[in-house]
Amino acid sequence: MSGRCEATLLDNLFPIDPEVAARIEALDLQFNKFGVDPYGIDKNDLIRFVSAFAWIYRFYFKVDVYGLDHVASRGRGILIGNHSGGVAIDGAMVMGSMLLDAEPPRLPHAMIDKFIHQFPGASQLMARTGQFTGNPDQAKRLLRDERLLLVFPEGARGTAKLAKDADSLIEFGTGFMRLALETKSPIFPFGFVGGGEALPTIANLKRLGRLMGVPYIPVTKWGLLIPKPTRFQLLYGRPMTFEGTGHESDEVVNAMVNRVKERIHDLIQQGRALREKRISEEELVL
Amino acid sequence: MKVLVTGISGKLGRLVGLELLRRGYDVVGIDRRPWPEGPPEIEVHQADIRKRPAEDVFRTYRPDAAIHMATVTHLVHQSPDRMRVNLNGTRAFIQHCHSYGVKQAVFAGRHTFYGAAADSPLYHTEDEPPISAHAFPELADLVAADLYAASALWRYPEIATAVLRIVYTLGPSRHGTLGTFLKGPTVPLVMGFDPLFHFIHELDAAEAIVTAVAHKLHGIFNVSGPTPVPLATIVRAAGRRPLRMPEALFRMGLGRLGLPSLPAGAIDHLKYPIVVDSETFRRATDFRYSYDERETINSFRTAD
Repeated sequence: MSGRCEATLLDNLFPIDPEVAARIEALDLQFNKFGVDPYGIDKNDLIRFVSAFAWIYRFYFKVDVYGLDHVASRGRGILIGNHSGGVAIDGAMVMGSMLLDAEPPRLPHAMIDKFIHQFPGASQLMARTGQFTGNPDQAKRLLRDERLLLVFPEGARGTAKLAKDADSLIEFGTGFMRLALETKSPIFPFGFVGGGEALPTIANLKRLGRLMGVPYIPVTKWGLLIPKPTRFQLLYGRPMTFEGTGHESDEVVNAMVNRVKERIHDLIQQGRALREKRISEEELVL
Repeated sequence: MKVLVTGISGKLGRLVGLELLRRGYDVVGIDRRPWPEGPPEIEVHQADIRKRPAEDVFRTYRPDAAIHMATVTHLVHQSPDRMRVNLNGTRAFIQHCHSYGVKQAVFAGRHTFYGAAADSPLYHTEDEPPISAHAFPELADLVAADLYAASALWRYPEIATAVLRIVYTLGPSRHGTLGTFLKGPTVPLVMGFDPLFHFIHELDAAEAIVTAVAHKLHGIFNVSGPTPVPLATIVRAAGRRPLRMPEALFRMGLGRLGLPSLPAGAIDHLKYPIVVDSETFRRATDFRYSYDERETINSFRTAD
């Protein structure tokens, strides 16, 4: 990603974590002679970035992960969960759990909003770590290549939830279900709790956001867009499989989507109860 | 078997001519430019594909197959008749193939047909439409030529027509869109973006074009070499120094300050990838590139 002198600077700022390096080496990816996989994932960039991110994942935040074994360790699949918290901290934490906690580690490909690839820096980082603009052709190809996708069916309207609504669910898009049906991919539902506390948004500036090329700019209680250190609960539920072709009527697909949505709602409720210590880990039904 | 090649004096055209010769074909060429040190076996007629003398070559030579490579692709070269050469030249080529009983026609097109955008997927398949011709009018003539050539598939079904969409070529000739871009010791890049670039060694590209003739392909085929490599990595592997500039500065500096004079639409091609899926071509021909990503870049770097 960078020239020799930039590389040394980056190495000093973000030292490589040997454990992270070993985990990235263990990923089921085919790197070419330049250490780049067919989708542009750069092994060295990924090691450097995840090394820095590991500190945030482990120490700045703390994530209690449950049911990680429910996510298949290989083969195609789609992680589906709830969005909240102004910016996609939830997506980053799911990434963290799959890369840093799962055995063997997996690299999920998040289907991200188009605006992200329009920003310098963000575009480069996302391209080198396998995070693409959500596009049905791209998603199908990755699934047929036995990759793991990460989709938030609430989209940008999901992160736009204000803190008070953080644990609620808004309307789910149906694209992920049609993808799952067409490619016969299992769905791995998850619920994420705590997003609304890390970055409690009280308002979203839509007009200013549009001027800057983003859907909105979240305003937090403390004004700044810096999340506070927070403990999160991330609960992975049993895989769900659906039968079909992906070309069913909206009615049929919506019914399937609602089953996933209910499952995620249930996972969020359990996560919330766990967070408030109303139930113990042993009482979870994932 | 007799093969006619238009644009034979270009760098890739010459390689195609030589590869045809090596495989034992009779070769004749048409080009506005001469091929001074060309092999004596290859007769080059200096003519414009759109003009009568070119048609005479078709009429007298009666080729069994024809390869169309007479397209102007240099983005820096904004000659006013570029559109006319690319579109009308392709039209003349197809019509001559029809009129003079050519059984196999090959159009050597570009993978830039698909266009580059923030939301375009990696690995374009042949059924995808061009997405950004409107954002890059300088490419519109090549897109139109590609689509026109493809219309021969239904217009003249008796001609086996192969429309090839070939990724950037790279090699010792140091020609082509990518080779020209990498020419100087310092290569300007758009800061914060690093698209995957899909390229193929020029000898592999020439072989792929000849392979299309040998297999009598009929249809549209993406042609690629090794898996794509990020542009900045290519620049460094080619022994060049990447110079990252903010996009606004890059736009202002185009054609000045030693920056290449690229059209504004080309900037998207330096920000977003165009990567193609060439599985259909591989299945139809068993074609496999011989030069991997490192060998290809090294051949460019070490050429004198």
